[in-house]
This record gives sequence, structure tokens and C-alpha cells, in this order.
Amino acid sequence: MTTHDPIVEELATLRRTAPDDLLETVLMGADLADSYTEVGGPTGSAFVAWNGRGVTAFVPVEAVGTRADFEAQHPRSAYFVDAPPRSLAKRLSHTIETGRLGRLPVDLSSIGEFQRKVLEKCAEIPPGEIRPYGWIAREIGNPGAVRAVGTALGRNPVPVLIPCHRVVRTDGRIGNYAHGSPMKRELLEHEGLDPEAIERAARRGVRLVGSDTTGIYCFPTCRHARRITDAHRVEFRSEEVAVAKGYRPCKVCRPAA
Amino acid sequence: MTTTLDQLPNRLAADRDGAFPDLVRHLQDGVYSGALQFTRNRHDAEDVTQETFVRVYRALGGYSADRIAQLQLRPWIWTIALNLCRNRARSIERHPEALLVEDRIDEFEDAATQAVDNANLEEWRLRLAALPGPQRTAIVLHHVVGLPHAEIAETTGRSESTSRSDVRRGLARLRTMIEEEAR
Repeated sequence: MTTHDPIVEELATLRRTAPDDLLETVLMGADLADSYTEVGGPTGSAFVAWNGRGVTAFVPVEAVGTRADFEAQHPRSAYFVDAPPRSLAKRLSHTIETGRLGRLPVDLSSIGEFQRKVLEKCAEIPPGEIRPYGWIAREIGNPGAVRAVGTALGRNPVPVLIPCHRVVRTDGRIGNYAHGSPMKRELLEHEGLDPEAIERAARRGVRLVGSDTTGIYCFPTCRHARRITDAHRVEFRSEEVAVAKGYRPCKVCRPAA
Repeated sequence: MTTTLDQLPNRLAADRDGAFPDLVRHLQDGVYSGALQFTRNRHDAEDVTQETFVRVYRALGGYSADRIAQLQLRPWIWTIALNLCRNRARSIERHPEALLVEDRIDEFEDAATQAVDNANLEEWRLRLAALPGPQRTAIVLHHVVGLPHAEIAETTGRSESTSRSDVRRGLARLRTMIEEEAR
């Protein structure tokens, strides 16, 4: 009927191809995809991904490789952008500079409750301090779940930002890290700790230190423990020994329940 | 794209997140082409197209698998898209000052890069805007987007024969308009 109508033919030429980035914008809007970029981290650059709820991944470039490698291992579609939105960029650089999570939003919505509790507790450990796996297990009300804590931290989607490198073996050794033990040591050194000295003390059997003036015992890296002068510093191999000598646990680092 | 449009409702019912990108790939050019006629410029058309698919995705989340499998995708999506186009036109009528600087920048960019192409779009946008609403809708959906009359009827809630006569009358008016322009 209208097959040779010139108006109909002209109307057909008004058809256009949608912009190339439409699909990715839609997927981000529908929360099916993340954006990511490359930022400077404490020990070299890292890929950081995020969505509307917060940061979803933080991976040192040396641990993953190229952008294509990152996209392949990221659990959702990820599209590279030049920079995060300004407010996120500000909080992210604050976290990287200070070593504290602060107000940086992290999207833990696809993570189980146990792992979320572990990660949230881990985020409370201040820079320059370390805690044993057993401490997290006890603090979250699961004192028997020490191995599960290790597993949960090993699957931390945002290492460095949530500082799982600050959690060490209960025997005092630095222990494993998702991106390798050397990176864990490097991160601790960056925060002013001496991994060698920590392990030497652990080998001597030192787990806790106390002050004979206050009668309080702490984890050795607790900020209160580090203020104790050599003359008043007492070392303990266990909580039981400290308690037997009349010491009570520090309320800040909470070395005992 | 390995899925055809006919297979999409079943795939969406089985795996919404997995099939959704294919839905966008299938329908984005059509929605964008229509939105270019129903909004003022490229910038608005992109916004409306994005927003349409984001809303489609959210709406799918509230539907049962059975309901998704029964969906007539194009009419359903066009109902959403037409609403968004209308809302945008309305908010601009009420707040003409909302013509943003970025829109002007877009127009300059258009002028610089694709002048001829956009002149054609702009010319037709003005002609189509001069038609009564239902005729414009039917013509754009049928002749620009490529929707069959049955689906236009489903979209607008009118009958198939009304859609046919809207298109026929609209084309007649366009013919008169063009003849007058040539005079």
C-alpha cells in the first residue's frame, strides 16, 4: 500500500544506532555492572571497582595483571572509567593515606553474614597494629571459628581497605595472605611495623606484654603497649600467666574476653 | 546475540540477570530511534533510553517467572518509554529555564560533527511534532521504530485499526505539510 511512499522511505532513514556506551550505563544503573579504575595504593597501584552501594573490589595490579585480567576475575561485569565519582575518590584516598576505613562505603551485600562480621571487625584494627585470628573469632562471638575467620579474611574482596593484613597467626607468626606473604609484610612495614621483630618475639614465646605500673596487659602492638618503657615492660606467654600475676586485660585492644 | 526476540521472555523468566543484556541489545536501537523523535535532542533521547531499560530491569524483579514468560516485550517497553518521553516534555513545558547549558553544548557539538544528519532529524522532529499526538506516536512507532500495528495497539491501548488509520491520516498530513513547505 505504502511501499513506494517517499515519506515512508524518509521516515525509515530516521532510525539510528544507540550510543556505544548505552548498554554499560544501563547495566550500571540496573546494578548489574561495576565501574573500575586504577589508583595508587600503599604498595603500588591497584584496581578498584565500585557500584552505587560502595567499593566492590580492591586488587593490587601486581597481583592480577592487566585490565583484561581484572575484568575476567571480577565477579560481575566491570567497565573501566578514568576516575571514581568525586566523593568516593576523596574517601578512597583518605582510606589509603590513613589506613582507616573511615566513611568509605564498601558493598558487602553479596557476602554472607559471618564473613561480613569478620570483615567489619577486621576494619576496626588501627593501622600499625596487629591482632590474631582468634581475637576476631572471639570478638564476633564465635571463639571456635578461628579457621573460618582465616578463610573469610582470605576472601576479603577489598584487601588493604579492609586491613586483613593486620590479622596474624595466633602463634605470632605473620602467616598467609591472599596476595602472598611478602605483600602482607610489605603492608605492615609500610605502617611502621617490623615483621622480623614481631616473629622473633613470637619465637621467644611472647604473646602479650604488660606494664608493672598499671597492671594491665595488651597485645604487643596495641598503642598502649608501645608506650610502656623497657623498665616497666613485662612479657607473657599466655593470658593465664598474666592473670595469675594479677594483671587485667587492656580495654582498648581486648586481649581477653 | 544468540537469542531471538521471541525466545527472550522465556530466557528472562529463567535467568533475568543473564538475559537482560540481550534484551537491551535487541531493543536499544529501536527505543533510541523513537526517543530521538519524542524528545528534543540526542541528549534527552539517550537519557530516556537508559532510564527505560533501568526501569524495565527493576520491573522484571517484581514479576513472577510466569508473568515474564508471557510478556509482550516491545509493547511493554514502549509503554514505559512513551511515559518517560511525555514526562520529560511536560517538565520542560513547565520549567523552560531547565534548558541546560549542557544541552546547548550538545547542540553545538551536533552542529559541528553531524550537521547534515541532524538537520534531517530536526526537520522531521518538527514536522512530526505538528501532528496530533496519537498520529505522531503511531507513525514513529510504525515507520521509524518498526513496530507492527498489533504491537502499537498493545502499547497505546487502542485498537489495531485505530493505529492503521492514525498512520494513514498522519502520512496524509505530512504530505500536505511538505507540499506547503515547497511552495
